[in-house]
Amino acid sequence: MEHSNSITEEKPKKRLRFSEKRKEAIAGYTYIAPFFILFLIFGLFPMIFSFYLGFQRWNGLGEMEFIGIQNFKWILTDRIFWTSLYNTIIMWVLGTMPQLVIGIVLAYALNSTLIKLKGFFRVSVFMPYVTSTVAVAIVFGVMFNSQDFGLMNNILSLFGFDSVSWETSNWGVKIAISTMVFWRWIGYNTIIYLAGLQGIPNELYEAAEIDGATVWQKIFYVSLPMLRPIVIFLVFTTTIGALQLFTEPLIFLGRGAREEGITVVLYLYREAFNNQAFGPASATAIVLFIIIILLSTINVAIANRVGR
Amino acid sequence: MLTKRFFSKFFLYLVLTIAAFLSIFPFYWMFVMATNHNSVINKVPPAMVPGPELVTNFRNVLDTIDFFGAMGNSLIVATVTTLGVLFLCSIAGFAFAKLEFKGKNILFVAILVTMMVPPQLGLIPQYIIITKLHWLNQLKAIIVPGLIDAFGIFWMRQYISSNVSDELVDAAKIDGCSIFRVYWNIAVPIIIPAFATLAIIKFMYVWNDFLWPLVVLREQFSHTIQVALRGLIDNYVRDNGMILSGTFWATVPLIIVFLLLNKLFIQSLSEGAVKS
Repeated sequence: MEHSNSITEEKPKKRLRFSEKRKEAIAGYTYIAPFFILFLIFGLFPMIFSFYLGFQRWNGLGEMEFIGIQNFKWILTDRIFWTSLYNTIIMWVLGTMPQLVIGIVLAYALNSTLIKLKGFFRVSVFMPYVTSTVAVAIVFGVMFNSQDFGLMNNILSLFGFDSVSWETSNWGVKIAISTMVFWRWIGYNTIIYLAGLQGIPNELYEAAEIDGATVWQKIFYVSLPMLRPIVIFLVFTTTIGALQLFTEPLIFLGRGAREEGITVVLYLYREAFNNQAFGPASATAIVLFIIIILLSTINVAIANRVGR
Repeated sequence: MLTKRFFSKFFLYLVLTIAAFLSIFPFYWMFVMATNHNSVINKVPPAMVPGPELVTNFRNVLDTIDFFGAMGNSLIVATVTTLGVLFLCSIAGFAFAKLEFKGKNILFVAILVTMMVPPQLGLIPQYIIITKLHWLNQLKAIIVPGLIDAFGIFWMRQYISSNVSDELVDAAKIDGCSIFRVYWNIAVPIIIPAFATLAIIKFMYVWNDFLWPLVVLREQFSHTIQVALRGLIDNYVRDNGMILSGTFWATVPLIIVFLLLNKLFIQSLSEGAVKS
């Protein structure tokens, strides 16, 4: 690109191009600088410093003291840490898995040509997602009141069941929190699936119809395989989201953060900001980070395998 | 054939009606509770129609938390953060998409990698930094870290790459436009739809965020609405009418905006997700 026959012509041109290039590079660095400066201070440095803090004893005020892997030993032998991990996984399964299945059903219904009022149904199903997590947790917290007058217990009594102590029983707490998560996110998943369904070319269905496929066959052999990337994306994001569950249990369980519903992030928060134990809290953050990386890797590996 | 069609139609409507009912009911029920006295709420069977206590319940909310102050704080924080992110991400996205400089690919990949890291990893050091800066209980503790938005840069770069043509940029440069003018006068008008999408995603995220404001906004005067709502349930005596009144009125504004702009909202929030 740079070569030219005449040297006399080349010189001024080259200098001009050089200064243009320089100007462009300076502009480029200037335009990304504000982001990167903020990112270094409030993004990258905190992440790295967490790894340092994980090996220190520190209450937030005095001197830090290096204590090796003591913090990790401490949390990994703390029964409540394991409870929080167990709870997080259970609520991930209860709150997330049903969404992935029911979301497809709703998206399929919303995409059907037999249905009118699509706009209304779409808006209604999506509305919970716009509501804040705190509001959702408060409203469902009142619904899942353990007393007989609680709405859910009332509904149960209509069917002749006894009242459940949602706020204190082992499974009651988990079901209540999973319901909140499910209610707020189902519309989001549905809309994402719907976007995927709308991207499937009609010819595929027509071809299947000519071959005599039934409705179910069309779903299993046309829709679902075509939705594969969307399913992978949703499994990925909902898993990461579920592992970070915090607001719902904090609001529902109140200050005490009862053991039945404590999650990993809630455990981290409690160690750091209630107990001033920044070392164990940082160790928890690191363990959570490793778990998320592991699950993401497994997810990618499975996706590649299924995707042949 | 006709009956089969009728049954599938009936089944689809049934599924969607149940889903719509379950989605809307908590909003209606929240309104019912917000207008009833606690004694009506705490009886069997519970109230299912609105009552006369709308004003009383809300007045009790105002006695418990600084409702309007917190709504104001949320509005300031969400608006300023959103505007800041729109500017920072679009200009950085423009640089990544249209300008040549050394190391730009590595820097861009670095941004993408940070999208994968869970935000809780840096939570405690971030809190320490805010304490050292003496920013506790100040809204800038939310706004400034909120300006880092890796998704925003990613989103803007993709949009500018595919919608602002190189010919247009080169032509403007030959006409003597400075690089900033190229961004401001050529790129910005073209990427308005990308601004709308990013604005909705960011505003909603900041408005609804809870963990970080809870950590750095300790004093009541600085609370955002989400942190303030928690103050409603933190009493020994639970007045559910009052609690749900506050929650209802805190929820209504965003729902109204959503209903007015529902197409844009749904498109933005799903598009932003799928494309990334």
